[in-house]
Amino acid sequence: MKKSLLLTSIAAVGLFAATTAFAGNLTVVSWGGGYTKSQVEAYHKPWEAMGGKKINSEDYNGGLAEVKAQVESGKVIWDLVDVELSDAVRGCDEGLLEEIDPSILPAGDDGTAATDDFIQGTLVDCGVASIVWSTVYAYDKTKFSGSAPQTMADFFNVKDFPGKRGLRKGPKANLEMALMADGVAPADVYSTLTTKTGVARALAKLDTIKDVTVWWETGAQPAQMLADGEVTMTTAYNGRIFGAQVTEKKPFVIVWDGQVWDLDLWVIPKGAPNKAEALKFIAFSTDTKRNADQARWISYGPVRKSAAPLVGKHAEAGIDMKPHMPTAPANFKNALQNDFAFWADHQDELNEKFSAWLAK
Amino acid sequence: MLPSYAGPLETTWYYSFRVICALILLFLIAPILVVIPLSFNAEPYFSFTEGMLTLNPDAFSMRWYEDIINNKQWIHSAKNSVIIAFFATIMATTLGTLAALGLSRPEMPYRGAIMGLLISPMIVPLIISGAGMYFFYSHVGLAQTMIGMVLAHAALGTPFVVITVTATLTGFDQSLIRAANNLGATPTYAFFKVTMPLIMPGMISGSLFAFITSFDEVVVALFLSGFEQRTIPRQMWAGIREQISPTILAVATILVMISIALLATLELLRRRNERLRGIV
Amino acid sequence: MSEQVMAATPHAVLAADGTPLKQRLQKTLRRRKLIAAGLVLPLGVFVFVTFLFPIFLMLFRSVDNPIIHENMPQTVAILEQWDGKGVPEEAAYAALVRDMVEARKNKTIGRVATRMNFEMSGVRSLITSSARKAKKMQPPFKDALIKANPIWGERDIWVTFKRLGNEYTATQYLAAVDMRYDSDNNIVQQDEDRQIYVTIFGRTLWISLAVTLLCLVLGYPVAYLLATLPAKYSNLLMIMVLLPFWTSLLVRTTSWIVLLQTNGVINELLVWLHVVADEDRLQMMYNQTGTVIAMTHILLPFMILPLFSVMKTIPPSYMRAALSLGANPVRAFVKVYAPQTVPGIGAGSLLVFILSVGYYITPALVGGRTGQMISNFIAFHMQKSLNWGLAAALGGLLLVGVMVLYWAYTKIVGVDNMKLG
Repeated sequence: MKKSLLLTSIAAVGLFAATTAFAGNLTVVSWGGGYTKSQVEAYHKPWEAMGGKKINSEDYNGGLAEVKAQVESGKVIWDLVDVELSDAVRGCDEGLLEEIDPSILPAGDDGTAATDDFIQGTLVDCGVASIVWSTVYAYDKTKFSGSAPQTMADFFNVKDFPGKRGLRKGPKANLEMALMADGVAPADVYSTLTTKTGVARALAKLDTIKDVTVWWETGAQPAQMLADGEVTMTTAYNGRIFGAQVTEKKPFVIVWDGQVWDLDLWVIPKGAPNKAEALKFIAFSTDTKRNADQARWISYGPVRKSAAPLVGKHAEAGIDMKPHMPTAPANFKNALQNDFAFWADHQDELNEKFSAWLAK
Repeated sequence: MLPSYAGPLETTWYYSFRVICALILLFLIAPILVVIPLSFNAEPYFSFTEGMLTLNPDAFSMRWYEDIINNKQWIHSAKNSVIIAFFATIMATTLGTLAALGLSRPEMPYRGAIMGLLISPMIVPLIISGAGMYFFYSHVGLAQTMIGMVLAHAALGTPFVVITVTATLTGFDQSLIRAANNLGATPTYAFFKVTMPLIMPGMISGSLFAFITSFDEVVVALFLSGFEQRTIPRQMWAGIREQISPTILAVATILVMISIALLATLELLRRRNERLRGIV
Repeated sequence: MSEQVMAATPHAVLAADGTPLKQRLQKTLRRRKLIAAGLVLPLGVFVFVTFLFPIFLMLFRSVDNPIIHENMPQTVAILEQWDGKGVPEEAAYAALVRDMVEARKNKTIGRVATRMNFEMSGVRSLITSSARKAKKMQPPFKDALIKANPIWGERDIWVTFKRLGNEYTATQYLAAVDMRYDSDNNIVQQDEDRQIYVTIFGRTLWISLAVTLLCLVLGYPVAYLLATLPAKYSNLLMIMVLLPFWTSLLVRTTSWIVLLQTNGVINELLVWLHVVADEDRLQMMYNQTGTVIAMTHILLPFMILPLFSVMKTIPPSYMRAALSLGANPVRAFVKVYAPQTVPGIGAGSLLVFILSVGYYITPALVGGRTGQMISNFIAFHMQKSLNWGLAAALGGLLLVGVMVLYWAYTKIVGVDNMKLG
């Protein structure tokens, strides 16, 4: 009896300790893996060194579900979230996010005012962008002895480039890429997708590789699938492939043709416990130096014009990062920007159509 | 046993039946055992390397176990899992045993219906339980807290306790209690001296079930736990979806060992129980 | 009849203290009932608060439809009078503009737009952009709105508005069975390229059925063997059934990933044995096959254990009697033994089926495209699309199905006879 009492009290102390250990820290939520690592190195460590509130870094898989649940229940736990543009806009419209006044952002180190220094479209009512990232496709070069895939159309060409494909399990980026592979110019992709026949055309193109496709859901999976030989070609977030190329010396090659690029932004859930501190963190982490530093860890491009020339060599591998950026001129020739307004309007319908297509 | 007069047909059937059963049992057990050697793979792959098959000691390593020990997240998750499962088990066992005592009384009204409701946490698909708890617990501020996880897991564990304790009480002669009372025992005294020893095996196996339910649970944890409340299964889920390094296999091996320990405890208990009953 | 009269009746048996025995017994019985109920009460309350009530609240979301009703009150009130023909009068347009200005101020216009967008794809940005302009609009508002966007001059959007203005709605349940309202408020089939949930429910049933049958086919011989072997062998073999039962679901799913993937143990073995060529390794995972194999493995103990406990009670003498009476072994088994195992088959199959239909983790990890079940879609709408109403409706349908099966289980097997381990 005494023994169990002792055990209970020890456990009770443990429970208490576990619930309070993290209270009061700044909770920063991002996508995990190499991307979060780049943020920890470039933002979190210098922030804490400067005397900022201790950061509690969490991972998630995107989307607004947690933010919505927290805000609607009035028990907000997260202070800062790294989201895609369409979610930043939707969350703002639905009143789930705090508005961020761009005047808190410091000027570029060349003296340009922040509102001019950020690339157009990267500051929205409730979000401040930090990086440009891209959905591309990559292949394992050991699997192709003759000619290698070079265009978006090659991804769908199973005859000349046999082997299994990896695609994200969702309509976003897949429909765009299918249309580009089918010969639609990047500028016409979204106007085509607003029509019923356009969607049918994209799905018909995807039909050609449906049977050889393995579907991924989290950012880390495609590189893993390539490494395991589960697929020979897969779409992926460019930074993840870069990570595998550089840190794990994998024989992967990125094909930039038909890349679909997007932004990641910092947002603050409405009623975040440490709002003032979170705003300071945003200002700190998006200044010119930090914006350029981040690109030393992963191949995601800075959003400040003043940071672009400062992008240097990879912090560990020592290779020049500039040619690996989605925005590098050689990579950017046939690029498409993800249209957040289109997706905000059509994602419910297209999710359904895509799921119905997948289930068939 | 095969009788000595069995014809050739029967003999063939006898042995092929055994082979079929052996294959099925192999299907049951092999997948669990296969992860154990693979967790000692020196290479970051999931299949047996040549070195492993030739039992070359260099092909084996403890690196994935070292990974776990050196990884703060795994250690933190292990702590959470134990704490949550411990408190959930205590709650489930206490509440479940009380309820089983009530349900076993012949006077209990609406017995079947109430029992059906109390068992429902075991039957309702976890995705529905998880979704329901997610909204409600968020609303009352219990989402992403240890207490919320304990309450949720306790609710999922109670049916097992109710079932096992009720089972030990079937055929329990209520007149034993009356006899104790007539002999001057207070109800409390009678409970500890008469009822308790009888239901003890049920309580223990029920609490083991409750413990393992909480310890293995992932769906509700997906909805309710934040980063700080991550449990081992939740961490494993993230690991499998992100990248299956053999670290996952090392964790899996440890979990298999824990299952073996629990199973052994239960088996010993059952034997002891059978022996006791044999004497009575 | 009063108590005194009863007491005076010569036939009434009295208890020691002089009160009629019948009455006293009733009193004791009542007290005992109260004690029994009192013991059950704490758990009852606990399960209700932490489990049943939360689920009830979640299911309520499937019919609850507060967004338009709360955030566009004036428009909803005016549209109640509207006969649904043509487009509404100026008053409705004026109310809409007032509501939009207010909703934009409260930052709720996005929710209104999102709700509308679930029903009418593409109207989201149109509503938010009209709302942005609403503040500067001058009467007549009808012209101003139509100028802002011609869609306000069409009947469809007003019909949708009116329908979603109701506090409660059946649209989510309709969507969950691939139906919808058309612009005349008739219930019609969803467009063919958007029909999905009926297929998924069908597939869920199919996978569950396949898993149940496989479990039965694999579990029956093993249970028979265990029940007929002498105890010292059967106890040992029983451990091989119980160990998987006690091993974490995630561990077992991981094992199957390790075994089934393209470069996994089974494929390596087959290539090494030259059964398949290196370049056409079998695709056993990320499809229905993977889901069925892994689920069968995970649920097999739930079939074996009830079968075993039923078979254990069948005296071997029955079979011996049949054999000695001249029946051949097959006939004896089919006619004498098998019928007695039917309760075990029923209990095991129902249990496995009930557990299968709600499976989430295993299909999510090894199911790929064709192995996804209804739970995976509930999770999708919970976590990704944020269409919580639809998630609740799908969950409600699943729950009803499971409850019917569970009810059948308690009727056939009896909730008391549920055996564990």
